[in-house]
Amino acid sequence: MLVDGIEEYFGWLLDGASEGLRYLVGGFEDLLLSIPAPVLILLASALVWFVTRRDIRLAGLTALGLLLIWNLELWDLAMLTLALVIISTILALAISIPVGIAAAGSEPLNAALRPALDLMQTMPSFVYLIPAVIFFGLGSVPGIIATVVFAMPPALRLTNLGIRQVPRELIEVADAFGTTPRQKLFKVQLPVALPTIMAGVNQCIMLALSMTVIASMIGAGGLGYQVLVGIQRVDIGMGFEAGLAIVIIAIILDRITQNLVPQHENR
Amino acid sequence: MKLEGSVIFEKLSREDSTSLQPIVSVKGLTKVFGQDPEKALALHRSGCSKQEIHEETGETLALNNVSFEVMPGEIFVLMGLSGSGKSTLLRCINRLIDPTEGEILIDGEDIVGMSQEELRATRRRRLGMIFQNFALLPHRTVLDNVAFGLEVQGIPEDERCRKAEEVLRMVGLGGYGASMPSHLSGGMKQRVGLARALTSDPDILLMDEAFSALDPLIRRDMQDELLEIQQRLCKTIIFVTHDLDEALKLGDRIALMKDGVIVQIGTPEEILTNPENAYVERFVADVDLTRVLSASDVMRRPEPVAQCTAGPRVALHLMEEHDITGIFVVTRQRLLRGRVTLDDAAEAVREGTPMKDILITDLPVVAPDATLSDIISLITKSPYPVAVVDGAGRLRGVISRGAILAALARKGEDIRAVA
Repeated sequence: MLVDGIEEYFGWLLDGASEGLRYLVGGFEDLLLSIPAPVLILLASALVWFVTRRDIRLAGLTALGLLLIWNLELWDLAMLTLALVIISTILALAISIPVGIAAAGSEPLNAALRPALDLMQTMPSFVYLIPAVIFFGLGSVPGIIATVVFAMPPALRLTNLGIRQVPRELIEVADAFGTTPRQKLFKVQLPVALPTIMAGVNQCIMLALSMTVIASMIGAGGLGYQVLVGIQRVDIGMGFEAGLAIVIIAIILDRITQNLVPQHENR
Repeated sequence: MKLEGSVIFEKLSREDSTSLQPIVSVKGLTKVFGQDPEKALALHRSGCSKQEIHEETGETLALNNVSFEVMPGEIFVLMGLSGSGKSTLLRCINRLIDPTEGEILIDGEDIVGMSQEELRATRRRRLGMIFQNFALLPHRTVLDNVAFGLEVQGIPEDERCRKAEEVLRMVGLGGYGASMPSHLSGGMKQRVGLARALTSDPDILLMDEAFSALDPLIRRDMQDELLEIQQRLCKTIIFVTHDLDEALKLGDRIALMKDGVIVQIGTPEEILTNPENAYVERFVADVDLTRVLSASDVMRRPEPVAQCTAGPRVALHLMEEHDITGIFVVTRQRLLRGRVTLDDAAEAVREGTPMKDILITDLPVVAPDATLSDIISLITKSPYPVAVVDGAGRLRGVISRGAILAALARKGEDIRAVA
C-alpha cells in the first residue's frame, strides 16, 4: 500500500535520482578505468606513502596488493567496486555528518534518531535490498541506496559522540572569547572532534565496502558479483580471488582514512 | 619578587578608586540551578535555607543575593571552598552561566540584559578568561591558541600573529609559537592561557583557579609574574581561588564566600586581623602567619636617621638623645648608606675620623613585601636590625627582633582567642 503510494506520487523523483546516480557511478568508473592500471597503482602507493607520513613498507604493500588484483584480471571489476564504495561513502557522509552535528546540538533530534539508527544497524543488511529494488529496479543504483542506508549509522553516531565529548572547558573558551555559533563549530567543536569523526568515516567506508558485495545480488556488479558467481558455481578459486581483491581494497582504504588526521592528545 | 613600585601602585589605585566608577558592579545576583528556578526563588524569599530549598524542590541555590563592586586596576579575589559558588559567580560575570536574578554592570552596562550580539562584543573586547585546566585548543599551535581571540574578532592573520608573538614574549614563551600544547609543561600551558587572554587586550581578566593545577613552586612564580604583568598593564582581575595564601598574596581585596553568600569583603589585612564571623576565623586560623605578614606589616618608622652629610658628632648626639645604640645613615633622598653604632661614633668624635670610615654597609636588607619567614632567617644571622628598602634604594622602615615577636604574638593571640 505505502510502497504503491510512494511509487505513484514520487515515481518521477525516484527516477530522476536513479538516473543521476547511475550517471555518477558510470562516470566515476569510467574515470578510474581511463587511467592505466600501472599509473593508478603508482598514484595509490604514493598517496599511502604520503598520508602515512612516509611509511615505505605500507606503500610497497599497497603496490603489491594492487598489482595482484591486476594480475588476477580483476582490475575492471575492482574499479567498479571502488567507484560504488566511494560514491556511496560520499553520499552517506554528506547525510550523516550534518545530521550528526545537528543531533549533538539538539536533544529531541538525538532522542528521535536513536531508535532509527538502532533499526538501521541491526536490520539484516539483505533486507535493505528489497525496497531498494522496488523503488529503483535492478543495477548499481539500488545497490548504492542500500549501501548508503547501511553505512550511515556509525558515521552519524561517531560525529554526534565526538562533538558531545568536546571538553566543557573548551566550549567555555569558545564562548568566553565571543565566538559566533558558526565559529564555535568550525574553530573548536569540529577540529577537536575530528579524530572521532574520522573513526566514523573509516567505519562508514568499511561498511560500504562490505555492503557493495551484498548488493551484487541485485545486480550492482563489481567484485561482489564475482564472489556470487563463485558461490553459484561452487568455484572456490574464483570466489577466493575476488574475495582477496576485496580484502586488499579494504585494507588500503582503511590505512588511508586512519592516517588522514594526526592524533592529538586532549589537553 | 614584587617590586616596591607595585606596592605604591596598589595604594595609589586604592586611593584613586574612591573617586572612580567601579568597572564591575554586581547587584543582588542570585542563581538557581534546576528546572523551576521561580519556585525555588519564591521559597527563598519566604526565608527558606539552601538545604530546605533543595529538599523541597531539588533545585540548588548556587548564589544567594550577591553584591560587590570591583574598581579599575584592582585584583579582586573570590575565595571559598568548593561548592561555595565562587566559580559560578565568576561565570555569571561573562554569562557563561546565565544568572537567575540580579544585575551585573560592566562599566555601567548591564550584561544580563544584553542581546547575543552585544554579549559577543563585550566578551571579545572587554573580558578575558583563564581556566583552571588551561583549556588550550589541542589541535592548534601555541601561537594559534594565543591568537584565537583576535581570530574570532576577524583580525587579519599577519596582524594577529604579530600581536600574539609579542604577548608570548611577554609571558616568557618567545620561541614556543610553533609548539603544540601537548608538548608543554603545566606552567608553560598556563602562560599560554594567560597570553591568550591578554592578546585581545581586555580590561578585565577572569581567572578561575588559574594556578590551582600547578605545583607549588611554579604556582608561586606564576603569582609573581601575574602581579608584575598586572602592574605593567593595569588590568582589573577577578581571581577565583580556594587557597587563602594565594588570596592574601594576590588580592587587593578578598571576598570570602560560603554557600553562595559573600561572608566578608575586605583587604587581606582586614580579613586576617578582623574576621567578621566564626567561618572566616576558622578559614584564617590555619594561615602560617610568618608567610602572610610582610615586612611592611611589622616594620617601624626608621626614626631618627642621620644624614650622610652630617658628621659623627651629629650622629652621636641623635643616638644619645633617643637613647639608642645605632643609627641608619641616609642621603637627603633617604637612600640608605649604612649604619653607625654608638661606640664607633663616640670613638670617631675622639679621633676625628670622618663619617664614611665608621659606616657599616654590610647590613641585612629586605624589600617591603618580604615575608616574615624570609626576615626571620636574615635577622638571626645579623647583630643589626633589618632595614626595609624599596626598589629605588630608599629606607622605608626598620625591623627589630622584638617587632617580629610582638607581631606574631599579637596576631596569634587575636586568632586563637576567637577560634
